[in-house]
Amino acid sequence: MASLGRIVSSRHFWPLLVFVLTLLLLRHLSTDFFSISDGRVYGSLVDVFVRGSQVMLLALGMTLVIATGGIDLSVGAVMAISGAMSAWLLTAHEASAGVAIAGGLGVGAVCGLWNGALVAWFGLQPIIATLILMTAGRGIAQLITDGTIITFHHAAFEALGKGYALGVPISVWLVLGMLLVIGAVVDWTNLRLSIESIGSNATASRVAGVPVARVRLLVYVVSGLCAGLAGLINAANIAAADANNAGLYLELDAILAVVIGGAALSGGRFSLTGALVGALVVQGLTTTILTSDVSVHATRVVKAVVVVLVCLLQSPAFRARLQRMIRRRP
Amino acid sequence: MAQPPQPSPESTPLLSMTGIVKQFPGVRALDGVDFQVRRGEIHSLMGQNGAGKSTLLKVLTGVYTRDAGQMLLDGRVISPRSPLEAQGEGISTVYQEVNLIPDLSVAENIVLGRQTQRFGFIDWRAARRQADAALARLDLQLDVSASLNSYSIAIQQMVAIARALDEECSLLVLDEPTSSLDQQEVARLFGVLRRLRDDGLGIVFVTHFLDQVYQISDTITVLRNGRLVGEWPAAEFSRIELIARMLGRDPASLTEAEAGAAPPSPVAAAEAARLVAHQLGRRGQLQPVDVEVGAGEVLGLGGLLGSGRTELARLLFGLDRADSGRVELAGRAVRRGQPRSAIAAGMGYSSEDRKVEGIIPELSVRENLILALASKRGLWRRLGRAAQEALADRYIQALGIATPDAEKRISELSGGNQQKVLLARWLAAEPSLLILDEPTRGIDVGAKAEIMALVADLKARGMSVVFISSELEEVVRSSDRIMVLCDRAALGELRGESKTEQAMLARIASAHQEVSGG
Repeated sequence: MASLGRIVSSRHFWPLLVFVLTLLLLRHLSTDFFSISDGRVYGSLVDVFVRGSQVMLLALGMTLVIATGGIDLSVGAVMAISGAMSAWLLTAHEASAGVAIAGGLGVGAVCGLWNGALVAWFGLQPIIATLILMTAGRGIAQLITDGTIITFHHAAFEALGKGYALGVPISVWLVLGMLLVIGAVVDWTNLRLSIESIGSNATASRVAGVPVARVRLLVYVVSGLCAGLAGLINAANIAAADANNAGLYLELDAILAVVIGGAALSGGRFSLTGALVGALVVQGLTTTILTSDVSVHATRVVKAVVVVLVCLLQSPAFRARLQRMIRRRP
Repeated sequence: MAQPPQPSPESTPLLSMTGIVKQFPGVRALDGVDFQVRRGEIHSLMGQNGAGKSTLLKVLTGVYTRDAGQMLLDGRVISPRSPLEAQGEGISTVYQEVNLIPDLSVAENIVLGRQTQRFGFIDWRAARRQADAALARLDLQLDVSASLNSYSIAIQQMVAIARALDEECSLLVLDEPTSSLDQQEVARLFGVLRRLRDDGLGIVFVTHFLDQVYQISDTITVLRNGRLVGEWPAAEFSRIELIARMLGRDPASLTEAEAGAAPPSPVAAAEAARLVAHQLGRRGQLQPVDVEVGAGEVLGLGGLLGSGRTELARLLFGLDRADSGRVELAGRAVRRGQPRSAIAAGMGYSSEDRKVEGIIPELSVRENLILALASKRGLWRRLGRAAQEALADRYIQALGIATPDAEKRISELSGGNQQKVLLARWLAAEPSLLILDEPTRGIDVGAKAEIMALVADLKARGMSVVFISSELEEVVRSSDRIMVLCDRAALGELRGESKTEQAMLARIASAHQEVSGG
């Protein structure tokens, strides 16, 4: 009983439970939930992971930013810039897939550097600093695409979004790879300690000698890189760069994923896997609703209801009240 | 001289607080305090940290409700439950920070929340008249339609007073109104206060600047440890006696002879000074001073709250950016305004504000403890988990930190144990000079003794220490030399025979006499 209590109060429990329940519903609704043919996995379960890969990548970067007490609203727009950059390199310069990928990631990192510099060096409020790129970013992407939707045919590049490796979609491998790389870097250096320390008390961190500005700069660069990679996957998926719609509103899904994953928006402790579970909850809901008979227009409302529930169940104040209510009944 | 004279009975006081008790969990902040203010009087409320000044003001202005005692204003019993209610009763407060809205006009700031309305709209012409009238009472003429932030802080402070002085106001409370003002601005503010006093207002004044207390007050009330020490007419209450009363010392022991026996000794050039600060200062914070600390030496910074001791520590460590002078530690220059540079050179600073500048509340004891060392090593050279745990266990044992294990959140520890973790944080980083700002504040007697023993031990091991405490006795006991500060300037040094509490008090008091005499 005691161990059950510990499991229930673990911060991953409720998001995971909701995710499993959604998957059960999805399995009931879909004709092909999970199958293997030609040594490759297919089905709606796989769809959740493939479609969710973009939000998962954004959520990884967003987790670090939020843990320092910041926020990055620009990631959706950065996806559009990165996609546009790679498409432009592929078409206008007939560049190789490697160059296109490097270009997309590079421009993502530069965007992150811009955000980070505004926050860390010039002391702008993170929400304002990243709002600038959120609104201007799509304009920049349109400058690159010259206002059109660039389409391309490039098998090697498109594999990022559609390809398989060892029977598993490449986009899922990319998420796993980023999780491992970021996880290893934060845990094998002083980064996790520094990030959590800044998010919990930035003033005291400065007194203790934590390089506050440098760490802040770094997390925005990582977030920009993650958004750049998500933008590449998005472009590869549709074999086109759509400056207006690539990654539209995904910044909100990413923030949601981090919150569902149990992080406080005020900063402090963070969990990368928690954020991924959060992203899967968001995507699982979307896919399930789209598969079901519920009207597409209701998608956002249903999503909102579930998100509110998950967040409430994680709130200590709400849980204490719930416990009192349950106890009062004989 | 020892007994406070009884206030004359013929004038019924404007405000009369009797037997005020305010209890907080674990501490009796006010223990039966009496406080009286008469009409046409400027009354200074004095006391060290934790004396109960701010609690008494908060009871008076309705921020706190009293647990026992009586409060009479103009003979009526009052029990304000909010500052707004207190203002309704006639008690207005002006705080240290100007809490007006800088982007609004002067007139808007003065009338905000009590505008005259005509047909549901604000009558701006009436508002401007109201504002002009309020300012006229202070003998001030301003363009009331200009935005507030186009005026200096001093003028803003006076606008705050004008706002506080609506028609019903009979008692004005000023909580550290002068801390951001320069000398001329203070003089101007005092002119306004005297005028208001002559109009028959009662004024309660709180400041850390002793000079200002004597410039402006008619009466002085001293609190200590939540109790009333006494009330004296300012003219009959010598500075040295005031300081002694605030610190709970017997003024009789501070003879005039001793006051003369503490000449300021020039800063001796120790051959092996480890820390050298030359003409270090910052406008409005500290007049430039020279500081030297040798290896294995404890330099005490003596002075009252607000004297400049913490300000000096912050400038040395780079938490505030000095605008003059330079700091060198063991031959390495410390860059201005950069704590990381000071840490790299071998400095450590344990802040007086444990909550804001000390603990990282969400992190564990272990993480808090290794934070300075980890940061000193740099972002990429992680300290292994085993080494972290070994360090944490070692310091938990060595300092007797009461915690079930190193993984407990630091915010769940008691104040004394949090303080020990913060000391351990710096010890683990192995600095060559450690600045301890009020390391014994707010912790129990046992923990205090342990921390004092620790300072002695650090000195024996060759570490240099800059020690700051409001408990002058602690400063005397643990320091080799004492630099005495007052009103944000250094007064000189005490060492050897002359290094006594009495000498320190005498220096502070005589400095005031020199200043006011000259």
